[in-house]
Amino acid sequence: MVEKALFAIFMEGLFVKNFLIIQFLGLCSFLGVTKDTKSAAGMSGAVIFVMTLASIVSYVIYTFVLVPLDLQFLRLISFIVVIAALVQLVEFVVRKNIPSLYRSLGIYLPLITTNCAVLGVVLLNVMNEYSFLQSLVFGISGGLGYTIVMVMMSSIREKPQFFLYLLQ
Amino acid sequence: MSKAFNEFIRGITKDNPIFALVLGLCPALAVTTSVNNAIGMSAGTAFVLVGANLMVSALRNHIPSTVRLPIFILIIATFVSIVDMVMEAYTPSLYAALGVFIPLIVVNCIIIGRAEAYANKNNMFYSLIDALGIATGFLLALVTIGGIRELLGTGQIVVFGQMIVNIPMITPASYMILPPGAFLTIGILMAIINHRRAKKLARGE
Repeated sequence: MVEKALFAIFMEGLFVKNFLIIQFLGLCSFLGVTKDTKSAAGMSGAVIFVMTLASIVSYVIYTFVLVPLDLQFLRLISFIVVIAALVQLVEFVVRKNIPSLYRSLGIYLPLITTNCAVLGVVLLNVMNEYSFLQSLVFGISGGLGYTIVMVMMSSIREKPQFFLYLLQ
Repeated sequence: MSKAFNEFIRGITKDNPIFALVLGLCPALAVTTSVNNAIGMSAGTAFVLVGANLMVSALRNHIPSTVRLPIFILIIATFVSIVDMVMEAYTPSLYAALGVFIPLIVVNCIIIGRAEAYANKNNMFYSLIDALGIATGFLLALVTIGGIRELLGTGQIVVFGQMIVNIPMITPASYMILPPGAFLTIGILMAIINHRRAKKLARGE
């Protein structure tokens, strides 16, 4: 496989293979937390953080633990455990520092664990045989692409009167 | 026996995972480009759903409630790994078409939702019935969406190499098998179903 340029991967994560509207990953939060822009932005921030960290940690675990021990078939189980631990970490930080955001995110914060987008990034990294830097870039750009779509969708839902005005 | 039958039907109608519970939308939108893929995806999900429901129900008195979610996820991930390996070995073309969505069954909200809401509280027999009912509801929903998209997008429905329907069209609406078609199809179907439900409620009261 030809090494893909980092910029190409970045644009892929951001637009060409956007997680929400092209690949249909993470739709639960797309429909659930886009009622107002503030919680959409907060959720996106948490997803960017978890996605980036999950890309790094899962790359390290896959390359330096699972491959040498010939245990690739355990990748699904080990990745989901990594993501669950990271989400727990984010939850502690948000609850301590930004309690208002914690309340508005509600059930969706622990649900990042079962957000397909996060596990999707990690699995796609392995399937595409990305290197460490490529995985990192794909994780960040995937998170940013998610943010763009979430903020757009929540802005549309927050201001329906604007669109009604256009229709008149 | 009638209770068991009711539990089964409930999974198709009142608790239909896609249209009533609105869980597991990602696979419902992403892999429904054809009826074939929809059936393959539903089969994989059904196996995991039945396995996880039975396992959780069998262990429900031994799982401490504080750590039940991680245990559920590990049980589900085990069954998904089995499906992943079996499909890769025996149906490679289907595996290639479904791609990342087979391992992603592990984060399908339907499965952990049923484990938490049903299997954790009921015995193995009813958990099995519940899993079968929900799986059938999921299959019907996916096949409906996949059928509409494949028919409008390509003008024909092909299941396991057999031509089922063939309508000659001059220009098939190929955007129906692209992402926008998925959103359009599910949006219109949900609108129809919600409208019927609202009418039924209004008549009942």
